[in-house]
Order: sequence, then C-alpha cells, then structure tokens
Amino acid sequence: MKTHQYLRATAALALSSLLLAGCEAPPPETVQLGYRGVGQEQVANPKTLAATVAENQVPAPQPAVPAGGPKAADVYENVQVLGDLSVGEFTRLMVAMTEWISPEEGCNYCHVDEGFQYDTKYTKRVARVMTVMTQAANVEWGAHVGGAGVTCYTCHRGKNIPANVWATDPGQPHAPGVMTAGQNIASVTAAYSSLPNDPLTPYLEGDEEEAKNLPWRVAGTTALPSGNRSSVKQTEWIYSLMMHFSDSLGVNCTHCHNTRAFYDWEQSSPARVTAWHGIRMVREMNNDYVNETADWLPDHRKGPMGDPLKVNCATCHQGAYKPLLGANMVQDYPNLSRYTVAVKAEPVEENAQEAAPMDDVENGDTLREQVEQVIEEEMTTSE
Amino acid sequence: MIEYQNIFTQVQAEAPDYPGVPIGKDEEHRMGGPIHSWLAGKLGDAQIGPIYLGPSGFLAFICGFIAFEIIGLNMMASVNWDPIEFMRQLPWLALEPPPPEYGLSIPPLHDGGWWLMAGFFLTAAILLWWWRTFTISRNLGMSNYLAWAFAAAIWLYLVLGFIRPVLMGSWSEAVPFGIFPHLDWTAAFSMRYGNLFYNPFHMLSIVFLYGSAILFAMHGATILAVSRYGGDREIDQVTDIGTAGERSMLYWRWCMGFNASMESIHRWAWWFAVLTVITGGIGILLTGTVVENWYLWGVKHGIAPAYPAIDAVPVVDPMMMEANP
Repeated sequence: MKTHQYLRATAALALSSLLLAGCEAPPPETVQLGYRGVGQEQVANPKTLAATVAENQVPAPQPAVPAGGPKAADVYENVQVLGDLSVGEFTRLMVAMTEWISPEEGCNYCHVDEGFQYDTKYTKRVARVMTVMTQAANVEWGAHVGGAGVTCYTCHRGKNIPANVWATDPGQPHAPGVMTAGQNIASVTAAYSSLPNDPLTPYLEGDEEEAKNLPWRVAGTTALPSGNRSSVKQTEWIYSLMMHFSDSLGVNCTHCHNTRAFYDWEQSSPARVTAWHGIRMVREMNNDYVNETADWLPDHRKGPMGDPLKVNCATCHQGAYKPLLGANMVQDYPNLSRYTVAVKAEPVEENAQEAAPMDDVENGDTLREQVEQVIEEEMTTSE
Repeated sequence: MIEYQNIFTQVQAEAPDYPGVPIGKDEEHRMGGPIHSWLAGKLGDAQIGPIYLGPSGFLAFICGFIAFEIIGLNMMASVNWDPIEFMRQLPWLALEPPPPEYGLSIPPLHDGGWWLMAGFFLTAAILLWWWRTFTISRNLGMSNYLAWAFAAAIWLYLVLGFIRPVLMGSWSEAVPFGIFPHLDWTAAFSMRYGNLFYNPFHMLSIVFLYGSAILFAMHGATILAVSRYGGDREIDQVTDIGTAGERSMLYWRWCMGFNASMESIHRWAWWFAVLTVITGGIGILLTGTVVENWYLWGVKHGIAPAYPAIDAVPVVDPMMMEANP
C-alpha cells in the first residue's frame, strides 16, 4: 500500500472516531450502587449534575436571635400554631417564611394592612396548615425525611406555589363512545410514557384502607402459579407511579431496585425503604393537610376537577435524589421539627424516637455517601 | 463485470412485459400492470405487476382495512376527533383490550368490544393472507417453505392475542394495538411475571433473532463477494459447484474451521428465522399459565446466581416490620 493510502485510511479512522466520540460529550459518570455486575448503578451527566447542584443551593439562615423573652401568643393576637415560640424566634421564622414563599409580595402575601392578626386572606390560613404539615413531616416521618428534614423552602424555593404540584387529571377530552382506560396519552406524570396518565390520584390520595386494595405488589412471589391474579393492566398502574418516582428524583429504577427481581426487598437498596415511607407520608400530607383546605381554598388554587393542588415526590425532590441534595436546613429552624401546637392524640416525643432507628439505616447507607461524593466533587469542580 | 458494492442494483436489464408462467384456471386472478419503473429497478425488478390477488387476497385486504379503520377511528375518538391532537399523540394512542372484569365474555363496544372486533378482522386478514402465500406457491409449483415460515410468525401473534388470553381466562391479558402502548405492555408483562430474561424460551428466541441477523449479513456478504466469479448463480452452485462456491466455502473454513454448504446455508437461515417466533411463542405461552415468576423459576433451576448483600444493614420489607401503618 502506498503512503497516501495509509494517510487516507488513518484520516478516515480519526474522523469516524471523532464523530462517534461527539455523540457522548461529556461522558456520563456512573456510580456503582450494588454488587458488581448486577447493574445497580446511578448514571449522571456532569453537565446536568452541575445544573442540579446550582439549583439546589440553600439560602443563608436568618441571623439567630437571643433566647428567652415573652411568647408570641402573649404579645400578638390570634397566633394559633406558633404561639409557643418566643417573640424573637417567631419573628425570625416569619421573616424566613417570607423569604422562602413570598419574597416579592412580602408580608402582604398573607397579612392585610388592617393588622397581622386578621385571617382575611386564605393564604394565611393555608400557611397555618402547611406549618403543621411541615412539623408533622419532621416529627413523624423521620423514616423518609431523615436527619435533613424539610422546611417551607424544600418545596417553595421562593415561589408562592411550589413548582411541582398536582391535581386529579381529567385526562384527554375524548368522544363519549370510547373508554380511555386512563392511559395511552402522552403523560407528563408518567414521564411521557403511554402508561396510566394519573397514577397520583389513586396512590397518593385516598385513605389508607382504600390504598391497601390498590395494585402495589403485582409481581408473582412464587416460581409457579399460586393464585396471584394481578393483571398486566394493574402492573401498568404501579409502573406509572414508579415512572413518576424516577422522574421526580432524577434516578433510574436501579436507585432502589435490583432490576433482575424488582419485587425482592432483600436485593433492593435501602432507598426503597425510604421511598416506601415516603408514599405514606405524602398520602398523609394530601389527606390530612392539603385536602383540609378544600372547602375554603379559592378556585385558582385548585385543579380542573376542583381538588386542591397537592404534594407528590417532585414537590420536594424537584429532580434531585434528595431534596436540596440532602442539605439540612431544619437545624436552623428547630421550631419546624417539633409540634408547637397539640395536633395529634399521640405523645410527640415517643414518635420522634420511633423514627430514630430508621435514621441509622440512612447513616449506614454507603451508596448514598458515594453519590454525595460524586456530587460534592462536581460542586468543587464547577466552582 | 457486475459489481454489487452499492445498495442499488448497478445494471438494469431492459425487457418487454412478462406476464409469468400460465397457471390454468386461476389465470383471471392476475391483474394490474405491468408497468416498468427505473426506480424500482434500482432496488429489485423493474417490472411492477401483474399482481395475483384472488379471492383470499381480496378478502384479506378488506378485513385488514376494517381492522385498520377500527383501530384508527378508536384512536381518533380517544382524542375527541381532533386531527391535530391525533397527529401529535399518534405514537401514544391505542385501542386497549377490555378490562379484566369481562373475562372472556364479549364486552360492550366502548369498553373493549372494538378491540375484540379489530382483533377478529386482523386475524382473519392474516389467515387469508397466509392462504394466499400457500396457493401462490402451489400455483407456481413451488414447495411451501414460505407459507410455513409465515405460519410460524402467525403462531406468535396468536399466542399473544388469542391463545394465552384464552388460557388465562381473560381478554385483558392480550396486547393493546398501539405504538408505545404495546411496548409499555411488554415491559409491564415482564415485570408482572418476574423478568422474562430468565425465561429459557425467551433466551432461545433472542439467540435465533440475533442469529438470523448475523446469518443474513454473513450470507449476503459472502455471495456478493464471490459474484465476480458467478457466485450469484447460487442455485447452479448447489449442484455444480464452481470456483465461486469453492472460494466462499473456503473463506469460512479458513475463518472459523467450519462452513455451511451452498445449500445448507439457506436451511440455516430459514430455521433461525422460523425458530425465533416458534420459541418466542412457547415462552409467552408458558408465562402466567404454568410459570408465575421467571426469576424465581431461574433460582429454582440454578440459572440465577445469588449475590452478597449490598449493605451492612440488610434491607427488610417494611410491611414485615410494621414500622408504620
């Protein structure tokens, strides 16, 4: 072969490998989450990871106030939920809430000029319900929110209404003569699959008894048939909810499951247990808190079917596997991680302790640390 | 010298209209054309038509059209007859089989009845078309390899849409008609029955499917490579082997020690293609009827290894712990 032929071949080879390399820039990073070879891994693109890190920065905490002083309930009128706080702590929390929820409208988003005590605006009454809901999440759902907890900012991020809320989806308008089976439409909730387009209403609303009868564990647990009559259609419903999980957290199935045996808890990652508690937490939030506002909430805060805008995984997570990438904001606002008003019959302290062992599971979770490490590395390189 | 280095045929032979061999009483079923197309000649024969339609072809076309219309109009109705929405959503739209509560009874039209009807007409169209493949080869004095290969594909189609649903006692077990919906159905089916990858017939079907592709590529490439020695006259080479056949066989013998013969390579190809759908159909037929969870079946029969736990703290089903309601 002549020299120019070699040159031509080399040039062609270089060009084609350049073209192929161009398809994957920058190369995605993979974090191994399970035993080698089982494909339990988290795939992240450094480009989007940097954006995620930027989106999930927390605002600086409000300056601390001196301890002690009179209680808010003794100084102000009509303080129903946070009356137990000192005036200093109360005011500090109000300032923080304004920064988190209505930085543009200020106090007047909830309060009226006539006086702070009036409940004229619905937003003030919603704020009360949401405050107790936040406390309940931190006090009773340690198994899901872990040590990081949640604040108003976890969902609101400086917006009046969190970016990701949902209401019952009436579905695509269709001719009266056909049934749509609740699926086969491009569904944002189901991550643009043709799976059932509103898995949230059955799974994340409705009481616990109703929820027990839903198709959750559809897969067979025996090698040979033993009476499991779950249908493929039922499987599509839980599959759709799982698509919502995956999309909301920015993770693959393998974040929780060993996909060779989706059903098997022993082969799953600890994150699956966290998610299991999360389902119950979100259902309680929607039933016991959000839906409590249904009677007096204005129509523009309701969905097309007249139900209030509710909570799902994306409301807090917003595309991150941990909301705010696990940043602990609640430590600066301890009044959000205790009940400041008696809301439940059960003693508060006991519940908080019950949740503690689950925190240990979180801490022993090496795969989370690995993911955090990758994110931390990305954070340092992007700065 | 004819060369085949291009996807398009390099030389087009100009020829007058050729009606085909006389076939006696069925002569009248040949209709249309013939016309000659230079573009068609780039890919195959330049002569288009006449086509042998016959009663089975005519009925197959009518039945297929009815099924197509039922599916399309149901999709259109599911977006409220909005043509723009229909185009936007087309890949997501479907005609869904009836819900499980109807079992094997005939559901109302709006709730799966149309699906059953579309399935009936589509099946009729396919079976009539099969009869057509059979009669045409008979009329041409050929044996029935084509008809039996097509029958193998029909087997898989019938298992998915008819035989397995009947054995399971519910039309709802069948596949929806739709582009994305049938893919989502496939993924959900695998998850419901514990991972189809552990189904040995699924394994075989994949082997034959990918095997068919590689055999097709190997054979096509080999014959094109020896066409300069007349290797494209494959049938002649079977009984009267020349240098083309010798070289192509030597190529694979030198390459991997073993080679097919000029005849057997076509049997390899036919069986790989046919076994793809036969084994696939068996795999689907066994799923849910006699095997509930293919992963656990694999564990039971020693084909799914166990791996060490991934964490120091074992993950336990929270339902077993009763940590929360």
